[in-house]
Amino acid sequence: MTAQSTAAQPRARKIAWRLAAVTDVVAETRSAKTLILDVPDWPGHRAGQHVDVRLTAEDGYQAQRSYSIASAPEEPHIALSIERLEDGEVSPYLTDVLRPGDRLEIRGPIGGYFVWTVRLGGPLLLIAGGSGIAPLMAMLRHRAIVLADDHVGRHRVPVRLLYSVRTPDDVFYRDELARLAREDETVDIAMTFTRETPPGWTGFDRRVDRMMLMEVVWPPAERPLVFVCGPTPFVEAVAGTLVELGHDPATVKTERFGPTGSPN
Amino acid sequence: MAEPYISRGFRGRRRSEPAADRLPPGQYETRDFPVLSAGPTPHIRTANWDFTIRGVNDALVRWTWDEFADLPHESVTTDIHCVTKWSKFDTMWEGVSIDTLLDEATRRGVQPGPYVLATSDGGYSTNLPVADVTGGKAWIAVRFDKKPLAPEHGGPARLLVPHLYFWKSAKWVRELRLLEHDEPGFWETLGYHNYGDPWREQRYAGDL
Repeated sequence: MTAQSTAAQPRARKIAWRLAAVTDVVAETRSAKTLILDVPDWPGHRAGQHVDVRLTAEDGYQAQRSYSIASAPEEPHIALSIERLEDGEVSPYLTDVLRPGDRLEIRGPIGGYFVWTVRLGGPLLLIAGGSGIAPLMAMLRHRAIVLADDHVGRHRVPVRLLYSVRTPDDVFYRDELARLAREDETVDIAMTFTRETPPGWTGFDRRVDRMMLMEVVWPPAERPLVFVCGPTPFVEAVAGTLVELGHDPATVKTERFGPTGSPN
Repeated sequence: MAEPYISRGFRGRRRSEPAADRLPPGQYETRDFPVLSAGPTPHIRTANWDFTIRGVNDALVRWTWDEFADLPHESVTTDIHCVTKWSKFDTMWEGVSIDTLLDEATRRGVQPGPYVLATSDGGYSTNLPVADVTGGKAWIAVRFDKKPLAPEHGGPARLLVPHLYFWKSAKWVRELRLLEHDEPGFWETLGYHNYGDPWREQRYAGDL
């Protein structure tokens, strides 16, 4: 263990634990909440990065988990959207116990791969499964804020979101997504409902598949920057199909979570 | 901050003593086998697969899949620890020890060095001190749980270095390049720790 090299990272400083104040807890769906955090001395982040959250019990027992940041770097608060996992150790505490006025230890921002900034350009193709929308929402919000008064810029960086959820009750950021799509003609949002559709729905009602991707995504020749986030089987299927359709694997960035499982 | 903040009403899931002893700080036990990779999963046919060790003198030794299969394999049962916080106990692997590969490579003219950069199909890479992949500490694994290694878990072959965070166990590995000087790999240049010892919780650049 003595061969460790520190020469490669001479100026790296430890990412400190910070004590965030919970300013609001917003119901997102039946099983998910968004925590609005006020973080002292937050160093700033890029859209797509995540934080580590640490909980400590009275006897000193600790648990840590990672959550994507859903807020734009330009916003004053950090937003974390937490899906409650039935058998979870940390998520039920965050969704059911935590309330405004509480504090929460966080550490970040973390990760330099699943990241997008307006300067990277587009077209920007975002594909989300379930709560995988969170880091992609940070990208949408970042783009909307930075290009708010930049009509030309928006047309230079068009964005498409394909968002797969089980039922209408599972849609995160529903009103905000609808408003983004309504107010900005360079934002295109396609939903698919895999278990139950809204009344009168005429859009997609199945898992993301090859036909759906061919219909929704830009062809490989347009060289979209692609970000796929969701449960592992979802990301495996989507990213694999995009490569089969001719997209350069290097342009398809992925973030997987949850068990391997088999698609069910 | 000096003292951790006590989270009002948090109890957590208590662990049995043996589990607690086997869990590095900040980790939790999973019975599942989560998948963490950057980018789409490459699907490589073993007919097109080979494995290379390249020396600091640029000499190289290469094995085809069939030649690799003829090398002596070892069975390894070990705990693994992912930087995303999960640990999995008693995972069962089969593969070829890096000691075996380096012995043959040096016998065939490959000049060793103090560092190694593992490179993979799909562009992934990770760096390690050679001391961490020799002495019975690392393998090129081709089977998991008595079955061929699935593509999403790095098949047909992945590096297995269980005493470091699991991003060091490069999936879809194709080459070990021996180096005179350390050269950070994929995650090591994107904010993660250069060495990655789970027992010292070396997750991110700057962790001591």
